[in-house]
Amino acid sequence: MLENYLPILVFIGIGIAFGIGPIVIGAIMGPHRPDEAKTSPYECGFEAFEDSRMTFDVRYYLVAILFIIFDLEIAFLFPWAIVMNEMGWFGFTSMMIFLGILVIGFIYEWKKGALEWE
Amino acid sequence: MYELAYDLIIILLKIFAILIPLMTAVAYLTYAERRLIGFMQVRIGPNRVGFFGFRMFGLGQPIADAVKLMFKEIVMPAEANRYLFVIAPILAIAPALAAWAVVPFGDGLVLADINAGLLYILALTSLGVYGVIIAGWASNSKYAFLGAMRSAAQIVSYEIAMGFALVGVLMAAHSLNLREIVLQQSGGFWHWYWLPLLPLFMVYLISGVAETNRAPFDVAEGESEIVAGFHVEYSGMLFAVFFLAEYANIILISMLTVLMFWGGWLSPFEGIPLLGAATAWIPGIFWLVMKTFFFMFCFLWFRATFPRYRYDQIMRLGWKVLIPVTIVWLVVLAVAIVAKLPPWFG
Repeated sequence: MLENYLPILVFIGIGIAFGIGPIVIGAIMGPHRPDEAKTSPYECGFEAFEDSRMTFDVRYYLVAILFIIFDLEIAFLFPWAIVMNEMGWFGFTSMMIFLGILVIGFIYEWKKGALEWE
Repeated sequence: MYELAYDLIIILLKIFAILIPLMTAVAYLTYAERRLIGFMQVRIGPNRVGFFGFRMFGLGQPIADAVKLMFKEIVMPAEANRYLFVIAPILAIAPALAAWAVVPFGDGLVLADINAGLLYILALTSLGVYGVIIAGWASNSKYAFLGAMRSAAQIVSYEIAMGFALVGVLMAAHSLNLREIVLQQSGGFWHWYWLPLLPLFMVYLISGVAETNRAPFDVAEGESEIVAGFHVEYSGMLFAVFFLAEYANIILISMLTVLMFWGGWLSPFEGIPLLGAATAWIPGIFWLVMKTFFFMFCFLWFRATFPRYRYDQIMRLGWKVLIPVTIVWLVVLAVAIVAKLPPWFG
């Protein structure tokens, strides 16, 4: 069983090599003539006058937190989904209670306005 | 010792048997995109570059593009975090390619036939977001940073809807193994999961477009507002690797849609008298490739047809439409499976 995972390991290695290879080729073949205008951060024609790592909207952070909750929920649903046909109504009811709690949380965040982007 | 080396060589050969057609498809998908969108906008598109003095409808274009990018300078922005800047495109392409390890091309035609296939794919497609967010951070440029923030929030939002859609497929198929998911759909095209799981199929396709940052959800690189988004500072081969990753992801999502909702390599004429027997000789991989081509075409078609969404509309669609739809359909599906409702779950 475990030997089935060897090709995956090799494939990940090849995938990384497919990323590194072209970059190395490009670095060797391409010219290198940096100058100040070329290497300065891109702006619409003027000098950047502020740090580019500025403060950002807290909603991005909120989305990230909500994502963790929901993604975890999906991770819990995966094993249940595979065996649910064997578990019958007992398995169904338990997962519906679990999903119900999640839905209550979802409605709460909706009503709180966490999903609003104007 | 020799046995292991022998195994490794076989594995490497198999990997290249997957990667070489894949990279060719990626290269020609860029060509197909320009040509098709050209035709849809009553233009001609690239038709000059050919081989050995023959034009051949511009089929040499992707190769010319690759050679051109090879000889372009890789500009390293002065303010950038050098290592992260180089690692980001590698982090984008490695999962886009490595996910193909568990994709079956036919019954038994798979590199790694593991039981956790779908879980592996979900894990690897989730890794793609790191490439985007590291690129935006490492560039140390305002446009790149804004593009990365938007893109990351969009990708994680649609990943939830996508994950719920996958749960529906698992419930219907009782397996994480992609080969078994396809085999569970056998018995004619009305048994393919697009019909019993129609809302989930729609959600999966829409999320797939949003996950790959394609139009109409391409605010991450919205040219008119933030120039090119997270890869604005990238040039030469560093940019090309991002580009390859995007197109490899399009093909991957198309292939997964076919495997999970459109019966994979199963013939669409299966179970139809006369027509089914007459087309039985066609190998399954033909159907798989044809169906995948259709969805790849859809990606290009969407780009030519739909105007770009506004960012708040994207987030509203992801959170307030797609997620509730999937949750409701999961409950409906669970009832149908436990109660063994005909025609699909009887």
